[in-house]
Amino acid sequence: MSEDDSRGTPYAPHTAATTAAMLDAVGVDSEAALFDIPESVAFDADFDIPERSERETRSHVEEILGRNDDLTAFLGRGHYDHYVPSVVDDLAGRSEFLTSYTQYQPEIAQGFLQALFEYQSMLVELTGLGVANCSMYDAATALGEAATLSQRLRSVSGDRVLVPDLLRAGKRAVLDNYAGGPGLTVETYPTADGNVDLDALRGALDDDVAMVYAENPTVRGTIEEGLAAVGDAADAHDALFCLGTDPVAMALLEPPASVGADVVVGDASSLGTGTAYGFGLGLFVTREAYLRQVPGRLVGAAEDDSGRRAYTLTLQTREQHIRRERATSNICTNQAWVALRAAMHAAWLGPDGLVDLAESCVTRARDLAARIDEISGVRAPVHDRHHFREFVAHTDQPAEAIRADLAEEGYAVHAVGDHEIQICATETTERAVDGFVDALAEVAR
Amino acid sequence: MNYAQARWTDDDDRYEPLLSEKSSETVSTEDGPLPDDLTRDSLTLPDVSEPELARHYTRLSQTNYGVESGPFPLGSCTMKYNPSFTEDLAASPDAAVHPDQPTETTQGTLELLYRLQDYLGRIGGMDAVSLQPPAGAAGEFAGILVAKAYHEHNGEDRSEVLIPESAHGTNFASAAMAGYDVVSLAGDDDGRVDLDALEAAVGEETAALMLTNPNTLGLFERDIEAIAAIVHDAGGLLYYDGANLNALLGRARPGDMGFDVMHYNVHKTFATPHGGGGPGAGPIGVTDDLAPFLPAPRVAESRGGYEYVDPDRSIGKVHGFYGNWPVLLKAYAYIARLGDAGLADASAKAVLNANYLAEQIDYEIPFGPFHHEFVASAGEQDAADVAKRMLDYGVHPPTTKWPEIVPEALMTEPTEAESRRTLDQLAAAFDAVAGESDETLASAPESTAARRIDQVRAAREPRLSWQSLDE
Ligand SMILES: Cc1ncc(COP(=O)(O)O)c(C=O)c1O
Repeated sequence: MSEDDSRGTPYAPHTAATTAAMLDAVGVDSEAALFDIPESVAFDADFDIPERSERETRSHVEEILGRNDDLTAFLGRGHYDHYVPSVVDDLAGRSEFLTSYTQYQPEIAQGFLQALFEYQSMLVELTGLGVANCSMYDAATALGEAATLSQRLRSVSGDRVLVPDLLRAGKRAVLDNYAGGPGLTVETYPTADGNVDLDALRGALDDDVAMVYAENPTVRGTIEEGLAAVGDAADAHDALFCLGTDPVAMALLEPPASVGADVVVGDASSLGTGTAYGFGLGLFVTREAYLRQVPGRLVGAAEDDSGRRAYTLTLQTREQHIRRERATSNICTNQAWVALRAAMHAAWLGPDGLVDLAESCVTRARDLAARIDEISGVRAPVHDRHHFREFVAHTDQPAEAIRADLAEEGYAVHAVGDHEIQICATETTERAVDGFVDALAEVAR
Repeated sequence: MNYAQARWTDDDDRYEPLLSEKSSETVSTEDGPLPDDLTRDSLTLPDVSEPELARHYTRLSQTNYGVESGPFPLGSCTMKYNPSFTEDLAASPDAAVHPDQPTETTQGTLELLYRLQDYLGRIGGMDAVSLQPPAGAAGEFAGILVAKAYHEHNGEDRSEVLIPESAHGTNFASAAMAGYDVVSLAGDDDGRVDLDALEAAVGEETAALMLTNPNTLGLFERDIEAIAAIVHDAGGLLYYDGANLNALLGRARPGDMGFDVMHYNVHKTFATPHGGGGPGAGPIGVTDDLAPFLPAPRVAESRGGYEYVDPDRSIGKVHGFYGNWPVLLKAYAYIARLGDAGLADASAKAVLNANYLAEQIDYEIPFGPFHHEFVASAGEQDAADVAKRMLDYGVHPPTTKWPEIVPEALMTEPTEAESRRTLDQLAAAFDAVAGESDETLASAPESTAARRIDQVRAAREPRLSWQSLDE
């Protein structure tokens, strides 16, 4: 294989001789003769896309990506960076996993099915709920799916979905699109000092509410203190209680089932993937009672002809390829490989490692907030709450200016209000913390 | 071909045990940094060492079949070879940026996305592209929402989406999710859209017709211009399902056929790995008229750099951040590697391979001329059993029992990645199975890691977690 040879796609094995022989076998004299395209719609121009050798393509793409600035990101708000061990890349990158597809033939796809079954099981453990699917696209689409689920359940009536006023705008925008089809309206309820304002929520609740959504930790990193009461309030109006969280947080915080959550959504790519520009893994876990209404693929245990336990996709009559317009969702291609990675990472950590990681998310945020609070012109945390990974700080200077000045110094933070910045700390920013605090002290004056 | 997949059986006469069966531990979360009333009491999860973990997943991988294991002619899925170098690029530290980093510090990412928008526009003959949808079905949903917003903007309230019976299930589900009534169109005797049926079905309520071209039988909708005229005359829009675009690269473009909106199935046409079910990416392209309604945000050029803009009348968002970035990156690298000549050649070889393979097999193929895929009929045999038996010959079988217009359908898409020799082996597998008895088929497969799985029982008694196994 010569690097700079160009005779078409490098990913087809045909030589000129085999192509000729194959055309002959088909009984045509050219490739063009195989296409049944009317002249009037045929394309006979060029895309004007140059072909490149692999080496050239790599340099080309690396050069483009090289234009990203090398910032140390103290960023979170739904996309988190945790250290991913090498063994995850290594194992998930095995081509038997990476280049396979949906397990339509389970007998030849046991490996992936078992890995997804294990992923589902870990989520069952973390949530305390009975049924986890094997992925949605991301947290936002999972939330959208939860809203449509609430609308399909006969035990729930009404067409309002209540979400906290602090919900991330992108997530809200996706939810609006999912809610529109079935005619749901999305409304916000207020938060108090970062957390659910229970009285206000109770006031907003009525029998026409189909679902109440809350997050723990919240988008501002605060840890909720009265979630069971939120669950009870939703319950009192036969509304579904949907909780947004992530697998690291669940390792430490109250299990969703024990606060009355009916559905758990969120982004599980906080395990196994690291920073990837918002590339997600929508987790979706719910009660066994709603099994027939679950969106997405489910892996179940089965038996094979030798009497041994095996795994298969199951309850497929919920899905689009069978149920079509009456399916529980349109999802087909999902994020299975991202789920594989998350499961590998969780297994690598084990319960000790995962709980340690979660505890460090609390202490890192606490310690950094305390250090930052010392800086003149900065007060942290703004909310008098416990925090997970991230917190909001008040700045006397305009937040936008602080953000920009910090970027000059090589650090990224969120500007979330006129005088509020948000800072996220995980083990991956550990070594940058001292420099960051100094830089903030410098620019915050 | 002789074949035996790895099969690990442990002393308890079961296959590779679950992680939880290998070792499990319960840890207490007391004495942590939070008050007890905010935390759980304990957590129970598998607890294995890294060497055990590596062996577990390596064994699991050995009981899984991918494109690099052997031929994978799964119809409609375009299981082509996934170039390795794109994985390296996706793993580059420069690609690991946080979505909330200010755009002036992520110019590389924006430039790559901008260039991909541009390339996809040229390839599809579309004026504007959004990269937001994270899979084909998400693209359909976004595209239909764009159509809906367009009609509403024009003061029209249309309630129906027309879809040929042979279309993919996601088309129906996506239209329904967007709030439309679905009208299913029967095909004509040649397996294509029946113009009379279409005429009869379109009207004031028609928001769009969703069409796959070549359709799921691999046939080009020759009357595409007439179809477009009928739909457009009724005030409807034409939606292109891009799942089969691998048949047409460089030979025909949806935009030139009269389509107003389309999705690209990046993980099919542009060779990003399917990852055991995903991730994919489903960018959508539209004509100028629909561009103001595209999902937010899009990448635009600005002052010598790039920025995000929300189209004026955007439908809003369909992904929480910016879509499936690593997948988009890999797709860009693939397109940049192949260029015009490579893309056109990929389609030519994909179509040649399908035609060559079809020529070799004994099963009847009722419809043609087909392009990158064909749908054979297993005739008196059960297509699902045929597929199981094919596994024993070391090949992945076709998609089965769909589209239903072909009895006992074997929907076969070899892709350009297979050599003539492999196609011959694949044909030999088809033909061997064609000559076998129902009993042989019913007891297949024998060579796979697991034997025939009882799916009926799995659905009747769902056990969806290791916690449910003891029940
Ligand atoms: C014809 C057709 N349309 C749409 C889709 C949906 O695409 P995706 O699986 O990427 O959501 C598929 C995929 O399987 C398909 O084959």
